Amino acid sequence: MSGLLIIILVALIFLVLYQLGRSSEMMATLQGEQEFDKKRNKWLGYSMLGVFAVLMGGIVYTHYYMLPLIEDMLIAASDHGEEYDRMFLITLIVTGIVFFITQFLCFYFAFRYRDNGKNKPVFFAHSNKLEMIWTTVPALAMAILVAFGLKAWFTMTNPVPAGKDKQIIEIIGKQFNWISRYPGKDGVIGKKYFTNINEENNILGLDWTDPACKDDIVIPTGELRLVVGKPVELIIGSRDVIHDVGLSHFRMKMDAVPGITTRMWFTPTITSDSMKILTENPDFVYELSCDQMCGKGHYSMRAVVYVQTQADHDKWLAEQKTYYELGHPEEFETEETEGGEAAEGEEAKEEETVTMN
Amino acid sequence: MSNNTHNEGHEHELQNPNYGAMPSNDGHDHHDDHHHEEHELHFFNKYVFSMDHKIISRQFLITGMFWAVAGGLMSVFFRLQLGFPEDTFQVLSTFLGDWAKGGKMDPEIYYGLVTIHGTVLVFFVLTAGLSGTFSNFLIPLQIGARDMASPFLNMLSYWFFAIAGVVMFCSLFVHTGPASGGWTTYPPLSALKEASMGSGIGMDLWLISMALFIVSSLLGGLNYIVTILNMRTKGMSMKRLPLTIWAFLFTAVLGVLSFPVLLSAAVLLIFDRHGGTSFYLSEIFVGGQALPNVGGSAILYQHLFWFLGHPEVYIIMLPAMGMASEILATHARKPIFGYFAMVISILGITVLAFLVWAHHMFVTGMSPFLGGVFVLLTLLIAIPSAVKVFNWLVTIWKGNIKFTNPMLFALGFVSLFISGGLTGIFLGNSALDIHLHDTYFVVAHFHIVMGISAFFGMFAGVYHWFPKMYGRMMNKTLGYIHFFITFIGAYVIFWPMHYEGVAGMPRRYYDFTSWQSFSQFGELNKMISIAAIIVFFAQLLFLFNYFVSIWRGKKVEGDKPNPWGSTTLEWTTAVDPGHGNWQGPIPEVHRWAYDFRPNEKDGTDFIMQTEPLREGEEEH
Repeated sequence: MSGLLIIILVALIFLVLYQLGRSSEMMATLQGEQEFDKKRNKWLGYSMLGVFAVLMGGIVYTHYYMLPLIEDMLIAASDHGEEYDRMFLITLIVTGIVFFITQFLCFYFAFRYRDNGKNKPVFFAHSNKLEMIWTTVPALAMAILVAFGLKAWFTMTNPVPAGKDKQIIEIIGKQFNWISRYPGKDGVIGKKYFTNINEENNILGLDWTDPACKDDIVIPTGELRLVVGKPVELIIGSRDVIHDVGLSHFRMKMDAVPGITTRMWFTPTITSDSMKILTENPDFVYELSCDQMCGKGHYSMRAVVYVQTQADHDKWLAEQKTYYELGHPEEFETEETEGGEAAEGEEAKEEETVTMN
Repeated sequence: MSNNTHNEGHEHELQNPNYGAMPSNDGHDHHDDHHHEEHELHFFNKYVFSMDHKIISRQFLITGMFWAVAGGLMSVFFRLQLGFPEDTFQVLSTFLGDWAKGGKMDPEIYYGLVTIHGTVLVFFVLTAGLSGTFSNFLIPLQIGARDMASPFLNMLSYWFFAIAGVVMFCSLFVHTGPASGGWTTYPPLSALKEASMGSGIGMDLWLISMALFIVSSLLGGLNYIVTILNMRTKGMSMKRLPLTIWAFLFTAVLGVLSFPVLLSAAVLLIFDRHGGTSFYLSEIFVGGQALPNVGGSAILYQHLFWFLGHPEVYIIMLPAMGMASEILATHARKPIFGYFAMVISILGITVLAFLVWAHHMFVTGMSPFLGGVFVLLTLLIAIPSAVKVFNWLVTIWKGNIKFTNPMLFALGFVSLFISGGLTGIFLGNSALDIHLHDTYFVVAHFHIVMGISAFFGMFAGVYHWFPKMYGRMMNKTLGYIHFFITFIGAYVIFWPMHYEGVAGMPRRYYDFTSWQSFSQFGELNKMISIAAIIVFFAQLLFLFNYFVSIWRGKKVEGDKPNPWGSTTLEWTTAVDPGHGNWQGPIPEVHRWAYDFRPNEKDGTDFIMQTEPLREGEEEH
């Protein structure tokens, strides 16, 4: 019923507008078409200034409306992020200047050179000098942006500088959640292969014949625990379709492609606790989003990232059981009394992250 | 079929090696053909299986309009979901049935709508509807030819497009829904029916539809190139071509060279889906089991796709640029500034368009060095684009601007092209793209630059050439209302999205409410959705104006067949040119297309291309 009403309403509006159009054209014939067009041209000329004013006003208004909404995100939480923000600013200034000048000229010229019956349009078909200027100026501007851009790009994509202590974490996407793996005491991520995968006790397909796998820690919610001030290298993969590890606060992003291992690294600079203070939000968490269309649950592929001090991180790591132990409890039965409490704590923690999801 | 005279007429024309070049020889013959057709052509041959480029162009345009409304309506539906994630809408269950039980859209159909919206607007509306319409309509008329080089291929081109559309339309109604992996349909998501419902039969139909569309595009493109190169009238040298024709020429070249690559990508994808091959598949565990495929590369598809995908945006942009150049000059009563530079810019864009595809893939883990090369090549494309913008601005500088409907849309085109083009400089720079990739910043960028601004070029073209198409004028007042709502609306919808993108808000999300980082934009998304609905209805106003004006619009008077005071050849035909375009001989061309200066002969402010040079006058 309401659908019908809306259709009738829209049809009525169209009819009114159409009659308006018809009558204005009739008026034109009555008043003499040329006279009418002249008047209309004048008003439309002025309206070009109006459009420009509305455009600029709108831009300023939007800017101040949006700033509070995005201010949390404007705090870059990694060293690459800080470099990124500098580059963004440079590009914004260069393009901003061009934007205002060209938009102004577009609407100002339209207004200034409106047909008012007195204009004598000039026959000005080309000028090598002018054309040279606006070929070389954009070329120079682009050269500068490319130079800054490539410098930042290579800093971000080159391997972690040799000799620096770094953290290695594997992060694997699947429909529709993330799984993270920590290397355990040996510091090595063990081998895995997709045919070993089973949903019960080997969700990543770890190769148990590789001793490096035995001490690995797997977090099925994809939770990332990073150490502040320490470079972290993410080893990225996917179990099924293409996903993408998006870390907006850190200004980082990398696809997770089945069959291919991708990597990215950065150094987190602000702990989660400091961010709670900076953003004045006691519930603040860093989020990991899937940024590549991966199916119907794409929008819900969320994981939580914690940035901690080394001490907190070590404490957390010590509380974790290896994935091998969790999946093969029968082999560890003798140690049950010792590890019982820690395992319970772990379960409780997991539940918490699940509900947050 | 009663089509014989028609065919013979054309064979006769095609066999005549001097056709077009020596109009005085064949003019009389054609005059006769023309009259036969008027009497003998059955309705089907005249309006359905027509070989007249002018009818075919209108078929492209009206089919494009159908798809624009369908695609636009889809965007209204998913904007309802994005703007009002908590609410239910009766209209959704009316249109989507079980996909929106109780008025709440299902994620599967949300992604299906997003995918089909993108596909039909990019390919069916802004490629076929834009280039198909105006290349067909303007190439023979502006270069002085009686029709395309092959009217038959031209007809086939339309009908392949129409069938592609039918197949795509059918895919909306299959039980697993239409393709839903995004318009780029990246495998493995699009290759595995276990991964998504939309990757079932819907995806097969999508691939078949695209294959048919590619055939249509190739038939059309080859025809345009051959016609422009071989069938120009006497005196119409390449340097006297209007910029529209230059733009259509390079558009066709882009399409002919890049669409086959998309076809190959689609064929390999079909093999992976049904042939057990592993071109794109490797080491996948899905639906509870490990697949046998190893050794393929999912990234290979992206290279093949974007090798078309990037030229595709210039296939969309170049015709709009060409028409805007023509319209800005005509309605500012001033020659286009830097004609030669404009041609070189189009050429530069065409060449660079093939060398930048991997800038869509900076975060796929590609070699950083390769990424660096693509940054350089991508930002180079800003130079010819900037040259074009400055040339347009100088074209209106010190002109005598008449704010007709087409002129307003051409000015809007320039404004939107600047806004959308500049954000491309952010995205083309790989370091910045890392964060902005696949966020709403990208959505804002490409909707403004190749969505809305190309639409503005198209609207400008329709308003400008409507009198030639139908011998009547469109209603001006409705045109002005259409312009102001659409122009302001476009900025209202897309400008704030840049900020959402800067905040990292990912595109293709069905719902943001469970995210701490992105849920603060609820009110804003609501506002954007409302603006999108208003702008959608404003487009219906345009369609209303278009169809009413076909029958009720003000007639173009026979003694004033050139309502805008244009210099180009199409306005030398009769108000309603029959098949064959000129009833007498094809006129000869003596000067370039932009001689907007006082004409001593009749006191007007322009000189037609057909007017011989005066004594002592030097050609521009």
